[in-house]
Amino acid sequence: MIYPELFLTFFLIGMFTFGGGYAMLPLIQEQVLAKEWVTDAQIVDFIAVSESTPGPFAVNISTYVGIQTGGILGGICATLGVVLPSFIVILIVAKCFDRFRNSKAVSGCMSGLKPAVIGMIGSAVVSVGMTVFFPAGFNSAVFSNLSFYLSLIMFVGAVILAFRKAHPVLIIALSATLGIVAGYAGLLP
Amino acid sequence: MKNNRKLLPLFLTFLKIGAFTFGGGYAMIPLIQKEVCEKKKWLSDEDILDIIAIAESTPGPIAINVATFVGYRTCGFLGATVATFGIVLPSFLIIMFIEAVLNEFAELRAVQYAFFGIRAGVLALIVKALWSMYQQCPKNAFSLCVAVVAFILATFSGINAIFIIIGCATAGLIHSLVISKKAKEGQK
Repeated sequence: MIYPELFLTFFLIGMFTFGGGYAMLPLIQEQVLAKEWVTDAQIVDFIAVSESTPGPFAVNISTYVGIQTGGILGGICATLGVVLPSFIVILIVAKCFDRFRNSKAVSGCMSGLKPAVIGMIGSAVVSVGMTVFFPAGFNSAVFSNLSFYLSLIMFVGAVILAFRKAHPVLIIALSATLGIVAGYAGLLP
Repeated sequence: MKNNRKLLPLFLTFLKIGAFTFGGGYAMIPLIQKEVCEKKKWLSDEDILDIIAIAESTPGPIAINVATFVGYRTCGFLGATVATFGIVLPSFLIIMFIEAVLNEFAELRAVQYAFFGIRAGVLALIVKALWSMYQQCPKNAFSLCVAVVAFILATFSGINAIFIIIGCATAGLIHSLVISKKAKEGQK
């Protein structure tokens, strides 16, 4: 039975994600890759799908991994798992709102959590970078591959666009087009 | 205030927000503000600011936290349930559809080429997100240390990410206790 495991895994991910969105990425990578439910490349591809479809990243990715692993029921278990910790915690906090808001313990924990999330997203950048630039593992032969330099150029271009506040969907559409052009021009393996 | 007639509008409002916001959490805030404060007048602008602060300091996706909180404030437990269900439903249905389509076309050459480009683009988006979060984070020696240690542990050690998060929260708590103790001693 995959369902309880899907539910529990995404419950843990929901429980320990602070800040939403990409803050969830390191946890997803660790928990989901370890169980071999999806591959590195699938997660990166799916980030693109999630950026180009409406709705919260967390819900999108749990639904996707759940359905991929256990069909529609799997999707329901994973999504329920990721939503439930939020739901329960918020109901509790809503009841003792003022005490929570003024709590020194909460603000103390947050002062450690905010930079922790940054360090962990940094780590996600490294692992996604490995998937993008060294899909077959790191070795010196990569540097003689044309596709490595193509990825590098596309990445630099996309970074420039992203910092000029281009919409994520535009960046994804552009890089998809460039990928297709490069592929049919015979530049990709 | 707790009025069950608000349940259906609450559900529909969050269904709409879930179906039309790209990028999750923060992208939803202006829409929620417009729908919930300006149009429906369920909550005040000040309430929304409180809710965002809470959503950031509780675990889980920000979008879910905000939906649950607004739902609870407007209509109690049932309100929280329908608002959360409303915000999740569009994502779920859309992804269900996309998962089927993706599997169908994953083997196509053009799709594989497209994803070759897309992966580089996604990396850029994460770098951008990292930069925005860095700018919002307080910049002091303690924050810097925590960020560097979390990065090193998450990248180069096999330590479970959950333990890194718990460790950093504990470090933050201890650090803030030490600071407030020093401040008290300073006052004496």
